[in-house]
Amino acid sequence: MKKLWRFKGGVKLPGFKSLSNTEVKQAPIPEKIILPLRQHIGEAAEPIVAVGDKVYKGQLVATSHSFISAPIHASSSGTVVDINKYSIPHQSGISEMCVAIKTDGVDEWDPMIEPNVHPELLSADEMRVRIREAGIVGLGGAVFPSAAKLKPTRSIDTLVINGVECEPYITCDDALMRSRPEDIIRGILLLRKLLNPVECIVAVEDNKPEAIALLQDTLVKLKDAGVGSVNTIRVVSVPTVFPTGGEKQLIKVLTGKEVPQHGLPYEVGIVCLNVGTTAAVYDALYSGKPLVSRLMTVTGPQIKNPANFEVLIGTPVENILAAAGGVISDKHTLIMGGPMMGMSLLNAKVPVVKASNCILVETSAEQLKSTAMPCIRCGTCAAACPMNLLPQQLYWHARGKEFDKLAHYNLSDCIECGCCSVVCPSKIPLVHYFRFAKTEKMEHEVKAKFADQSRVRTQVREARLERITQEQEARKAKRKADRQKKKAAKSDVNIGAVTDTDTDLSKQISAG
Amino acid sequence: MQDTNTVDSSVTSSPFIPSSASVAQIMRTVIYALIPGIIIYIGLFGWGVLINIVIASVSALVFEWLMLIVRDRPVRVYLLDGSAILTAILLALAIPPAVPWWIPVVGCFFAIVVAKHLYGGLGYNTFNPAMAAYAILLISFPRELSLWNAPLDQVKHALDFIESLQFSMFHTLPATVQYDSITSATLLDHVRTEIGLGKSIEVISRSPIFGYVSGAGYEWVNAGFLLGGLWLLYRKIISWHIPVAMLFGLAIISSISFLADANTFTNPLVQLLGGASILGAFFIATDPITASTTPIGRIIYGLGIGLITFSIRAWGGYPDGVAFAILLMGLTVPLLDHYTAPKVFGARKSK
Repeated sequence: MKKLWRFKGGVKLPGFKSLSNTEVKQAPIPEKIILPLRQHIGEAAEPIVAVGDKVYKGQLVATSHSFISAPIHASSSGTVVDINKYSIPHQSGISEMCVAIKTDGVDEWDPMIEPNVHPELLSADEMRVRIREAGIVGLGGAVFPSAAKLKPTRSIDTLVINGVECEPYITCDDALMRSRPEDIIRGILLLRKLLNPVECIVAVEDNKPEAIALLQDTLVKLKDAGVGSVNTIRVVSVPTVFPTGGEKQLIKVLTGKEVPQHGLPYEVGIVCLNVGTTAAVYDALYSGKPLVSRLMTVTGPQIKNPANFEVLIGTPVENILAAAGGVISDKHTLIMGGPMMGMSLLNAKVPVVKASNCILVETSAEQLKSTAMPCIRCGTCAAACPMNLLPQQLYWHARGKEFDKLAHYNLSDCIECGCCSVVCPSKIPLVHYFRFAKTEKMEHEVKAKFADQSRVRTQVREARLERITQEQEARKAKRKADRQKKKAAKSDVNIGAVTDTDTDLSKQISAG
Repeated sequence: MQDTNTVDSSVTSSPFIPSSASVAQIMRTVIYALIPGIIIYIGLFGWGVLINIVIASVSALVFEWLMLIVRDRPVRVYLLDGSAILTAILLALAIPPAVPWWIPVVGCFFAIVVAKHLYGGLGYNTFNPAMAAYAILLISFPRELSLWNAPLDQVKHALDFIESLQFSMFHTLPATVQYDSITSATLLDHVRTEIGLGKSIEVISRSPIFGYVSGAGYEWVNAGFLLGGLWLLYRKIISWHIPVAMLFGLAIISSISFLADANTFTNPLVQLLGGASILGAFFIATDPITASTTPIGRIIYGLGIGLITFSIRAWGGYPDGVAFAILLMGLTVPLLDHYTAPKVFGARKSK
């Protein structure tokens, strides 16, 4: 048994996992695939196809040049019909640039894609390039480009593979671990080559005993088959507490180390990847296939046949709802992600993206909401906060839009896990306030910056005007001076005359 | 294909799991936790306890209702949140069982109207309403507030329900009963007076006012409150910090005093199980609205209440000091909260 630590806070939640924990089903190919150009953290990819182009499955449709970005591939064969703005899965239902492909139903792979029998012989740099070119991003939800994560600037002690899946309802990682345990372990062995960690830990919550057993069996099997390096891999069962699957929380539980504030795991010698990402790395390096599909849970009290599906990236949500038998009643709320951290979808036309691990069809949002009472300062939120923040203080300052205070109480460290909202006896939507405050704060900063710029502009303008005025005045003064000179020159003559007269007068006087 | 355009168009935000507890549930649980102590109290000291609780509860609800209407707040939700009744019960338990009816009514007026609603209502009050009202009553009506019932087994005639009600309503007693014969000094009051007269604790403790460890009768009432308090801890309605710190603070200073001078200071158990220590530690100091919210803040808050309580009892102007201690420490809460904020996850050492 490995010694485990624990993080402060967190909540125990009902699982609702058995609802969807089925065999993985294949979701049908939709007629139209919509591929957002930004499905990851970082810069959007740039399209390299044009409307009318024929594309194969797995063919690159958008590339990226910046380090923190990821390319996008066609998830089925067909024709590019549109490159335009489409509504994407986002809290506010905004639209972003997407490549739309009309599928031909053949689902024909790009003939250029070739499997690699011995990817372990690749150099670390070659592996990273392939992982990057396969468009792999963190599939746990953060969608951080994986290749960037796999190039840490210091040595790594521990590679953590996150199979915790702590959100209620979601079972796609569990399904993946049960259906492809060997691929995951082989994926870890490849990642091990990249990072050279002392040990690798696959962490799974203790509510998934089957997945734990299968992974352990696979380790024994590979060891018997002579793959010695599996000795460095351990499967660790962790207690089921939300949000143990949070990167920082999981690292704390497994190693006792705290990722520094505003820092990244590699600073404490750790890299953490999701099991889904690990399987995607396996696919990219062994079969050469880029990330064009993912496992996804479709579940909730308002869907007819909850199940796990292998879904092509870009499939509209409505197609997947149909594949799961459709919704039970019109009084439902669509949530992408889990009930704790997911977002409600404004419509079902939005596509599945790399980050989409679940479609939760909940009962209507109004039924879930209850009237908020005033805060009674009970502090339950602070006790539940896995980041050791004081949600109640943040709440007051978020309401007052006191940005200095919000910074003082570390608003930016809030991971929006929802624990505080769930335990609040006054039913205050705390996380909602924090998200709002974060955006407000950003806007405030943008405005402040804009105000600074305006001030500078005004100062420059005033300086310019001042300069112009001065120049004008200088010119005026000069003209005046010139005029006076001229006048003076003229009057000089007169004066001369006067002088003459004077002289005359003086003469007269002297003569007189 | 399903028509999915009917999805609620209002933007909602996660989490989508309904929260588990509610304010009303918390208040109700605290009220349930008071029941063992209240039953023992009624059993040992008579119906006056219940009559006070009923009068206080009714008047608190009426004042709450009026204030909600005046302040244009949703009446139903707030009236049913249980906070007014809890305040009323705590106030009723703080005052002597035999008082005229208008004492709890005036107390509830001050608690609900002034201390609670004029400060902004539930969640916004700076001072614990029950304790603020008790302090006002104690200062305004010292005579009524200092005549405590003697345990029923120590009086010649125990008032029945009707007689208790008559006393409360009309301030009349049965012809054969003298007012003095149903009341007695409380333990802390007695100790205080006798010490003032230069008697030693050894002599004082021979009085029938003393029970097994502290006040006769009251020790059992406090045992009942202790039971309820422990249940609240077990149910995680309150955290351990405040009660433990308060009782620890009280125990430490009373032990030191006792060890230094056993003739003027009672033993620590008298302090812990006498007066309002237990009720205060588990039910009043833990009032979330007026207490500190951080773990370290709560410990300091509790310790402070323990120390001030003892200081008032030993050297101050009143036999018991729990109410004043809680009110005084309430003043420090904003400061405590500010300086005891816990370190955020992954906080760097240099910060």
